[in-house]
Amino acid sequence: MTSFLRAEFRFLEKPLNGVSRLWLILAVAALVGATVLPLWKIHLVAPQYQEGLQLTVYAWKLVGGNGGQDLVEINNLNHYIGMKAIHAADFIEMKWIPFAFGLFAMLSFRAAVHGKMSQVVDLMALFVYFGLFSMGSFAYRMHQYGHDLDPKAPVTIEPFTPTILGTQQIANFVQTSLPMIGSLFLFAFFACLVLAIWCSRREAA
Amino acid sequence: MKFAPIQLSFAAFLTAGLALAGCSRDDGSSAATADGNHMSAAEQTYVAPGEKDEYYLFYSGGHSGQVFVAGIPSMRHISTIPVFSPYPGTGYGFDEETKEMLGEYTWGDVHHPALSKTGGNYDGRWLFVNDNANNRIARIDLRDFKTKQILGPIPNSSGNHGSSFVTEDSEYVLVATRFSVPLPKGRYANPDNYADEFNGMVSGIAIDPEDGTMSVGWQILTPPFNWDLGSTGKGPSHDWAFWTSYNTEMASSVMEVNASQRDRDLAAFVNWRKAEEAVRNGQVTVEDGVPMIDPSKTPGVLYYVEVGKSPHGIDTDPTGHWVIASGKLQPTTTVFNFDKVLAAIEAEDFTGEFRGVPIINYDAIVEGEVPVGLGPLHTQFDGKGNAYTSLYIESAVAQWKMPPWTDEEKADLNSVVLDKMPVHFNIGHLVVGGSDTREPYGDWLVAMNKLSKGRHLSVGPSQPESSQLISLKGDKMEMVYEAYTEPEPHFAQIIKADTLQPIEVYPKAENKDPNAVWSLDEAEVERKGDVVEAKVVAVRSRFGPDRIEAKVGDTLVLHITNIEQTTDMIHGFGLAEHNLNVVIDPGETKTVRVKLEKPGVFPFYCTNFCSALHQEMQGYLTVRPASGEVAQQ
Repeated sequence: MTSFLRAEFRFLEKPLNGVSRLWLILAVAALVGATVLPLWKIHLVAPQYQEGLQLTVYAWKLVGGNGGQDLVEINNLNHYIGMKAIHAADFIEMKWIPFAFGLFAMLSFRAAVHGKMSQVVDLMALFVYFGLFSMGSFAYRMHQYGHDLDPKAPVTIEPFTPTILGTQQIANFVQTSLPMIGSLFLFAFFACLVLAIWCSRREAA
Repeated sequence: MKFAPIQLSFAAFLTAGLALAGCSRDDGSSAATADGNHMSAAEQTYVAPGEKDEYYLFYSGGHSGQVFVAGIPSMRHISTIPVFSPYPGTGYGFDEETKEMLGEYTWGDVHHPALSKTGGNYDGRWLFVNDNANNRIARIDLRDFKTKQILGPIPNSSGNHGSSFVTEDSEYVLVATRFSVPLPKGRYANPDNYADEFNGMVSGIAIDPEDGTMSVGWQILTPPFNWDLGSTGKGPSHDWAFWTSYNTEMASSVMEVNASQRDRDLAAFVNWRKAEEAVRNGQVTVEDGVPMIDPSKTPGVLYYVEVGKSPHGIDTDPTGHWVIASGKLQPTTTVFNFDKVLAAIEAEDFTGEFRGVPIINYDAIVEGEVPVGLGPLHTQFDGKGNAYTSLYIESAVAQWKMPPWTDEEKADLNSVVLDKMPVHFNIGHLVVGGSDTREPYGDWLVAMNKLSKGRHLSVGPSQPESSQLISLKGDKMEMVYEAYTEPEPHFAQIIKADTLQPIEVYPKAENKDPNAVWSLDEAEVERKGDVVEAKVVAVRSRFGPDRIEAKVGDTLVLHITNIEQTTDMIHGFGLAEHNLNVVIDPGETKTVRVKLEKPGVFPFYCTNFCSALHQEMQGYLTVRPASGEVAQQ
């Protein structure tokens, strides 16, 4: 047991070699990509909406397809079932997520400059926590939209949770939620951290 | 178009049946196409559900005052564009803007639609149509398929039949009068003194190149001939326009006899560039606000050309070298060589004059008189060297070869008549897509027949008109389809669908109406003296406000904005027992004004089906008795 802890301590004290530091710089680039590119999409198709209605989720904004019109249309339709109008301004996540991305970028730089293994491990732990929290928060928000229905709405439907990954039928709509390229960049960020650790795993402490 | 095997075999069966039925006659309905494929008429015109036609067909609606839009090759009627008549279906003529445009008239007589052109080809911007009855001209914007301007009654003239003819770069819509009247308008004169007291007119309606706004540019005073139909020049004849006339006899009674005495009537060859020049040089008088040219005092603007008895159509071919005029009371159509027209004018080769305007020597400019058949009216061109002339009396379309002709052909012009297609019945106009441009499409011809005579399911004595689709894809004409319309298509225009890019909602950003409101929170009702003015929102599935209070004697003014930005999410606003229905397209604001004369509670509701809760989209206008009387609570 003691030897394991000692080994772990030694591992955390390992310096990062040049290749690992390069991975950390690349991790920052991946974060930039995740910030500017769309993270997620929600697509709705119905017989009378063959071309579909689309919502695109960015780290810092929510964009309706068709020049924003799709969001207006979704809200228009949702008022029949008493669902609250979706407003980009209501998503406080979109205020703090870009800040969190900035923080991860700063920490990546810090690790690249200081060259300490422990900083990369800290960063990875924080990022996993952030990822799980964000997904949970997103799922909760979806649940709220689908369950907080006005009892006086013209159309009464069973409360529902819009899916956050995959496809499901809601009344006449087929709703599809899928990650977009920005999420791939987030995954790439995580992969860069893993590679940074991996490449320096044999460095002398 | 894709066909399932079962449909193919069915089509083959049909074709075999048709072939048997047709084996004893040769009416040109062979089903061989240019690419050698054997396609049945059904296959050629079938546009499967969800697929779209290749061309738009804009039919004039005649005395319905409207324009009909159909697709080719399916011939399906797609929509109606109201122009000179109110049309509750789109709320046209009920809101303040369209009411003002219609003025004092609730009908018009639409004869000849003309598409705007750039460089001699359709540019898909506007469609111009004339009103023969009330002497007006209208412009339809093809961005939204809506009438945007009605000009007229055009001053100093009456009976705008000889239009709409658009010049190659849409500089002008040129119009000429079918009916002559004493001038200035409003003056009494005895029709017995027709020749001396009455006048006709050719007008140049200038088109603003940016927004299409029409204005009367200039006019040319003419004798009281009945100017009939015309066309504008192309290429070498770019500066020119041509009109036929009937009644060079200048009769004013029992016209069918008295206007049919001369063997030849005079056509007008007008140089509109010279007319412009005359206006610039001040060679005009100003009559009723319009610069007017007296052609006897301004040489070069107008020439006369003799044309076979009581001519109707006069059409310029796509090259602009040939002008084809048809005397409806003789069995030939006359081909004029425009190059020789210019040469004759240069050489002053005239055979006389009429009221100071030279008559060009017919023999010097005629290329030939083609024996097309009985009652030739109008000629269209396929751009492949063929002309198609409608034969009213013979009830057929003649296909014939355009010049240049060989000496052998010239010796017997019967030899240039290639084919004839019977039509049902009594064809008036015909249209080949793009015939009046430099590059006709040349694949379809629509014959617009004046009589349908029971070919359709019987609908009683008021009979529809028949239009027949003829394929020009093979060597011979082929009859492939017929369709029926409300009265009454005269001429039509065909344009390739992809030339147009219509919008389907009015973008919110373009709505400049100061009374537009875009959310239910902004909707309001305000009283200003006797005027109750409301800014109303229409959105699925409610009006905001849905309660409007007023009293007898008030004027109700509603500015209704459809705040939707979704295709086909159209709302109507019908007010019970007030003769009011407007239809508001997505993103549009319409204003209605109604004097409230009776007390009571009047429901208003959405007339254009919008959504699952369309029925619930309603409200109440409450009208209390005028002050002094006791309101019932």
